[in-house]
Amino acid sequence: MRRRTPKAIVAAGFALVLAACQASASPSPGASIAPSGEPLGGTVSILATWTDAEQDIFLSMIQPWADANGVTIEYEGTRDLNAVLTTQVEGGNPPDLAGLPGPGQMAQFARTGDLVDLSDIIDLDAMAQSYNEGWIADGTVDDQFVGIFIKVSVKGLIWYNPTQFAAAGYEVPSDWAGFEALVEQVKDDGTTPWGVGVESGAASGWPATDWIEDFVLRQSGPEAYDAWWQGDLAWTSPEIRSAFEAFGAWAADADYVAGGPNQVLNLNFGNGGDCLFADPPGCYLHHQASFITGFFEDNFPDVAIAGETYDFFAMPGDSFAGMTTGGDLFGMFRDTPQSRSLMQYLTTAEAQQVWVEAGGAISPNADVPLDVYPDDTTRRIADILNSADVVRFDASDKMPDQMNQAFWSAMLDFIQNPGNLDQILADLDAVQAEAYAN
Amino acid sequence: MDVGVAVLAVVVVVGVPAITVLYALATEWVLGVLPERRRPSLRPWLWVLPGFAFLGVFLVYPAISTVILSLQDARSENWVGLENYIDLFGQGAFWQTIGNTVLWMVFFTGLAVIFGLIIAVLSDRVRYETGVKALIFIPMAISFVAAGVIWNFMYDFDPNIGTVNAAVGVVGGEPQSWFTEWPRNTFMLIIVGIWMWVGFAMVILSAGLKGISAELLEAARMDGATELQVFFRIILPLLAPTIAVVGTTILITALKTFDIVYVMTGGNFGTDVIGTLWYQERFVNRDAGAAAAVAVLLVLTIIPIMLLNIRRFQAQEATR
Repeated sequence: MRRRTPKAIVAAGFALVLAACQASASPSPGASIAPSGEPLGGTVSILATWTDAEQDIFLSMIQPWADANGVTIEYEGTRDLNAVLTTQVEGGNPPDLAGLPGPGQMAQFARTGDLVDLSDIIDLDAMAQSYNEGWIADGTVDDQFVGIFIKVSVKGLIWYNPTQFAAAGYEVPSDWAGFEALVEQVKDDGTTPWGVGVESGAASGWPATDWIEDFVLRQSGPEAYDAWWQGDLAWTSPEIRSAFEAFGAWAADADYVAGGPNQVLNLNFGNGGDCLFADPPGCYLHHQASFITGFFEDNFPDVAIAGETYDFFAMPGDSFAGMTTGGDLFGMFRDTPQSRSLMQYLTTAEAQQVWVEAGGAISPNADVPLDVYPDDTTRRIADILNSADVVRFDASDKMPDQMNQAFWSAMLDFIQNPGNLDQILADLDAVQAEAYAN
Repeated sequence: MDVGVAVLAVVVVVGVPAITVLYALATEWVLGVLPERRRPSLRPWLWVLPGFAFLGVFLVYPAISTVILSLQDARSENWVGLENYIDLFGQGAFWQTIGNTVLWMVFFTGLAVIFGLIIAVLSDRVRYETGVKALIFIPMAISFVAAGVIWNFMYDFDPNIGTVNAAVGVVGGEPQSWFTEWPRNTFMLIIVGIWMWVGFAMVILSAGLKGISAELLEAARMDGATELQVFFRIILPLLAPTIAVVGTTILITALKTFDIVYVMTGGNFGTDVIGTLWYQERFVNRDAGAAAAVAVLLVLTIIPIMLLNIRRFQAQEATR
């Protein structure tokens, strides 16, 4: 009798192991595309950076597609997208679709063969009808089209408070000389012209890189700009050096920036423009991308009113109207019928309109009508983007990750010690040599 | 998918104990077949085998694989010899990182133990001891990330938000930019670590203190020893083994520091430690080789401390 018990346990144990094996043998993905007219069914897994309110907007954007096709959405939002995505991809367990941390990381994933080429999945000719070719070019790596833009933002906007401007008798400048004269005038009148904040947790310094990019594009033109982010123009070259010097003259000088350089380093970018709303104003000008309106309205409910207490003008250029932009990219890591269908849907005006209506986003799809933008300010930004002579994507985001991160840190060093510019640029050259070789 | 998860849960909950029992029975069955006199020498080995297998798969294998990765290039495709290590040693930033880690090891460990000891001794003879100890232990229950967020507010440059700068303002000082000057910023981060870990040191040392016999202390006092003499000549030597254990535990924590630095300064302004350097190499620079080299160096630094701890433990056991 004693011998029987172990055998029973052995049998039970084997049964369990067998059950486990069967359960883990999941159906192979991408078996066949559902015949037209029939719902796709199945699931699609998505990893992206949006959480909370932004997650709700994104989900409401894809819900109509999910309902029409009967697909279950498995969404995961994380603020540490780069680390989570890298781990999942290298662990052989990527999501079907994912938001990409930036064009630099997109290029890395494309070169390692992790991203699916969308050329056969999305009708590029049709897409070119409604998208500026720049957006398609920015989603292309080595002739593979791997990233689509869900929404974009316009950078290099100068924010001001029209009420305070009128009270002080200032006027919106129309060219570079007028812009510099305005800054000098505000300083001579006894107020620091600029409000700047570059603190952003582990990504501190990025708001300052946007400044440098705007200076490079306006001072030295798009050719120098492209050579720079591609790693062909040295940081110690005169084009880049003069951009740093122009930025430092304002942001690292206590006469020009509210609170002096120490406050610049410690102030969160979301509060960088708060001084526009102080009484008397702590600053008259703030440089930030289009998304900042959300921060204005959150920080100063009832006080911040578009067109009345805050408005913007595009940072003027010398000979052309250049704009820098940012944007959220989406890529496909697993080629399934569901992910193909969702990618196609995400490029449509119908989908992108949802986020535009919710506010804080500009659609790269020109078919999204201007009248769906929630307010006049965003509508004007969208219009400026469409009419700019030269549009360039955020250079730091297009650099390899290592270069980008070094650029952020270098900006903190520079604001703290503008006198060390030679050393800072030489160090960036050293990183450039290493980062582009990998 | 959900069915799969349910089956997996059943397998884990029922299967793992079942297999454990099965293994035990199988071991005894195998031993039963063998001649009687060989059983005692074989039995212990068969019993620890699953433990060794576990350690092998989850500890030894990854450790060896990390060493191998550290001798390969960024994508782990080609052998590069010691190049990753040579590169690291040649970087100024690496030595800055090592310097910071040393600051953490010395000041975080030292101050957490000293404050823990002072609080343990002072609270030992008061009526509200439990309350005091509970209060000081609470930060230990907070995650490093949460502590970083809390202290980010404490150190904020704006005195209307930052408690520390508000206090500086009360005594007439200008608001300070706590994170931008090295080495002050590293000390500011170490304070956060001490705030969290002093409770741990206190609890263990307090337990050790209770283990010292009251008769011994009383005899010393009868012989005319002052309170300071009692502390330095009797309590401290008797507590030495406990202090060593607490010290090494905190020292290893100091070496593994990551969260506080990542959350509070992101390693900027020269505050990087080994943990953040590893993250930087692995996820930002995507250099698996360099990251593995950093990890190997971290392990190599920890090993002597671990050995010291084991040696002490053995010596302690021997005297019992």
